[in-house]
Amino acid sequence: MANTPDYSWPPMDKRHVIGKSYKRLDGPQKASGRAKYGSDIRPQGLLFAVYLTSPHAHARVTSIDTSAAEKTAGVKAVHVVSPAGTEIQWAGMEIAAVAATTEETARDAVRKIKVDYEVLPHLVKEEDLSKAGERAKAAGEKLVGDPDKAFQEAEAVSEGQYGIPVVTHCCLETHGQIIQWQGDQVNVWPSTQDVTHYAGSLAPNLKVPIANIHVKQDHIGGGFGSKFAPDSWGEVGARLSQKAGGRPVMLFLERATEQMIAGNRPSAYAKIKIAGKKDGTVTAWQSDSWATGGFTGGGSPPLPYIIDTIPNQRLHHTAVSVNAGPNRAWRAPNNQQAAYLTCSALEDFAAKIGMDPMEVFNKNVAYAPSARVETYRFQLQKAAEIADWKKLWHPRGQGGSGVMKRGLGLGFSAWGGGGHQSQCRTTIHADGSVLVEIGTQDLGTGTRTIITQVAAETLGLPMGAIKLMIGSNDLPPDSASGGSTTVGGVSSSTRKAAVNALAKLFEVAAPALGVQPDQLEAMDGHICVKDNPDKSLTWQAACRKLGIGKISEMGENNQRNPMGLNSSGAAGIQIADVSVDTETGLVKMNRYVAVQDCGMIINPWLAQSVVYGAIIMGIGTALYEERVMDQQTGRMLNPDMEFYKLAGIDDIGEIVVHLDIREENDKRGVIGLGEPPAVAICAAVGNAVANAIGVRVPNIPMTPAHVLAALEGRNA
Amino acid sequence: MSSRNDPQSPAKPKARFSRRGFIRGVGLGGGAVGTGLLEREAVAAPAAANVAGPGPVPITLTINGKPVNVTVEPRVTLLDAMRNYLDLTGAKRVCDRGTCGACTVIMAGKTVYSCSVLAIDAQGKNIETIEGLAAGNNLHPVSAAFVSNDGQQCGYCTSGFVMAVKGFIDKHPNPTMEDVKHGLGGNLCRCGTYMGIRPAVLQAAKEMKGGKNG
Repeated sequence: MANTPDYSWPPMDKRHVIGKSYKRLDGPQKASGRAKYGSDIRPQGLLFAVYLTSPHAHARVTSIDTSAAEKTAGVKAVHVVSPAGTEIQWAGMEIAAVAATTEETARDAVRKIKVDYEVLPHLVKEEDLSKAGERAKAAGEKLVGDPDKAFQEAEAVSEGQYGIPVVTHCCLETHGQIIQWQGDQVNVWPSTQDVTHYAGSLAPNLKVPIANIHVKQDHIGGGFGSKFAPDSWGEVGARLSQKAGGRPVMLFLERATEQMIAGNRPSAYAKIKIAGKKDGTVTAWQSDSWATGGFTGGGSPPLPYIIDTIPNQRLHHTAVSVNAGPNRAWRAPNNQQAAYLTCSALEDFAAKIGMDPMEVFNKNVAYAPSARVETYRFQLQKAAEIADWKKLWHPRGQGGSGVMKRGLGLGFSAWGGGGHQSQCRTTIHADGSVLVEIGTQDLGTGTRTIITQVAAETLGLPMGAIKLMIGSNDLPPDSASGGSTTVGGVSSSTRKAAVNALAKLFEVAAPALGVQPDQLEAMDGHICVKDNPDKSLTWQAACRKLGIGKISEMGENNQRNPMGLNSSGAAGIQIADVSVDTETGLVKMNRYVAVQDCGMIINPWLAQSVVYGAIIMGIGTALYEERVMDQQTGRMLNPDMEFYKLAGIDDIGEIVVHLDIREENDKRGVIGLGEPPAVAICAAVGNAVANAIGVRVPNIPMTPAHVLAALEGRNA
Repeated sequence: MSSRNDPQSPAKPKARFSRRGFIRGVGLGGGAVGTGLLEREAVAAPAAANVAGPGPVPITLTINGKPVNVTVEPRVTLLDAMRNYLDLTGAKRVCDRGTCGACTVIMAGKTVYSCSVLAIDAQGKNIETIEGLAAGNNLHPVSAAFVSNDGQQCGYCTSGFVMAVKGFIDKHPNPTMEDVKHGLGGNLCRCGTYMGIRPAVLQAAKEMKGGKNG
């Protein structure tokens, strides 16, 4: 039979395992401290490596002397990363690394390395564009319609300036790996979002065949878009290992270095003008925006976000190069910035014309891609209901006469989330055991659990009957976990591999049941004749017919042709409900409501956890997080976790998630959820603060300093 | 704590003079500047009377009720002694300066950040770590509650959080949700799992009743 097998998902009402809230499978390992992360691996003879990093933001290395470090007892290898002549472009840049028998020895030895620098002028701040000089470069212009005419003829024009700073990924497990380079073989235990391609990225630098690099990762302590490549520390660790005669080397960044160089989200600032009608319809958009993503510039928020078919637009964007660590993909790159700038300007326009922003947003989502307009309108209504918008929202500045002012604010979002390229192998053994293998990684999103659910559903088996292997580059290739693409990719490849393996088992079992293979189905641990469940073999009995053989079948998700198993596009509306203390400037989160579009949900509970997580991370960025740079010294002032503040258990208020699980959405197949709910939080919180205190606080995070400055500006 | 000598002040961000480097560099006597615990002992016993280090010294730690011998320099933290010398990697090194709680252990019944305790100073006190909470594949009620309320994602903060919750429930066997929010602010999670952790603490407290200090 040359027919393509039917890979489609079983209908919602016929599912036994998919759609059920199983506990995450690696939960017991993690909650008992038994889970081993890359940074926990302790092979025999392990050496500890420490970096020396640049204290200067811009400098040239004129000489470097490692002899004293090399002579230190216990030091087994020294590697110079930035030899004389190297131009350093950010503080924290790696200069050299030492591997020693103890971490203390390595630390002492690093201090003995003598480096001379020619210090060069630096720029580390971009908030004030006028001080950026030649470091600011035009990075895009757009003209649509006739904005000049639209602004002249407008019934109302609002203006504002807004800013969202650089924030860091601040993964709890810092970047790094344990690596051993012995002869022509390399073993590595990294902390990576891309197990499959890690070896291919490392191999050219080491000139070792990709096939000789063995990557193993059971768990990763956070990535959020910052851990795709082996990075320089992959190569440096390997070279230290080789120089030390092949002993394994642990090289993980210290927290300060992590904060300075291992990933951040670009900033975005903009002066925005909106023209519109008194009925709330926006007619023109003008923005002058600027951003930095580090030395190479970067950071280009897509403006106007979502409502990008406004008929008249003039956009100008400037990229600023600063001497600070380079940006990396940060959970929905460019989207938080664009959402914050756009939603803030839209809310200011609503305030200008004295309209409820709910109505203004509702009107202007007409400018969103047509497929999503109705989704947004549905979501606005749903979110308003859950947040009790009608009762709690008030016009700006009418937050009560007391010191504490309460306010509500809106934000919108959209993200792709289609499945990435993925291959899965499903093996059925004669004893009935089943092995599912994918070279993927579980970032804590529940990847292990959902793969197992798909395999169990497809094979008609309980979860415990499936053995799963992930986290090694010996397994069938998967892709990087980025862009919320993992769940769609691995669920689809697993579905296909399991369907293919089952088809082979049907061929083996069919003669015993006296039917054609296509008359069979797998259910409740049995291979049954369709519509005649009494005629069946147990799973074990069917598998025994394999004799000494086994079934091993592949399944592939082709990201260009996902065959309806997964798709892309998740819209969202979020509402923040905050109280602001106008004496201290403190913003307290009362309640946060997220109405989240989704596709087919494999595990509603884990999906909800991912949405909670995105929102909590977002609340941190909205209220506390900011990379603070010092122009005087060129350094980050808060490369730590006490002054680079994450949200704690009492900082997040109550969070209400409405995942829009219904048949209509289910038919779209699986859509990733890691990023979609992470977009709108700064936007919603900023708007809620403005609504509460009656004045726009231009810059995220909504710290007491920013809030009080805005309040004083109003009073002045 | 002397703020005058506090090298973590944002006015002096020099990377090579961090608080950790400072503690590591000063050994036993000088450690008194960095930790309140040591300060008291330093006053009681003048530095000259009992000098240890700066080289490695043999010490005995009592971990989960069992004596463990290890030879470390006096500047080595309890966290690093466990992770780098004893292969006890449940406690994680995250902020490495007493902010995030990923390294939480219970020492002499008190919840502490093991990154901010020197190993030599931990002698003579029972140190409860995540490894000692339950044997084999069993789960302590706190761990089980984290699983059944999905109070974890990447899991890197989880072992510290579990120990902090254990210590919290030992002291507050009947917590309210408000107690939980106030009592567990010393542990940070980057994935954002607090919505699961909150009910997990209440559930664990309920299950541990009658088996206090279990």
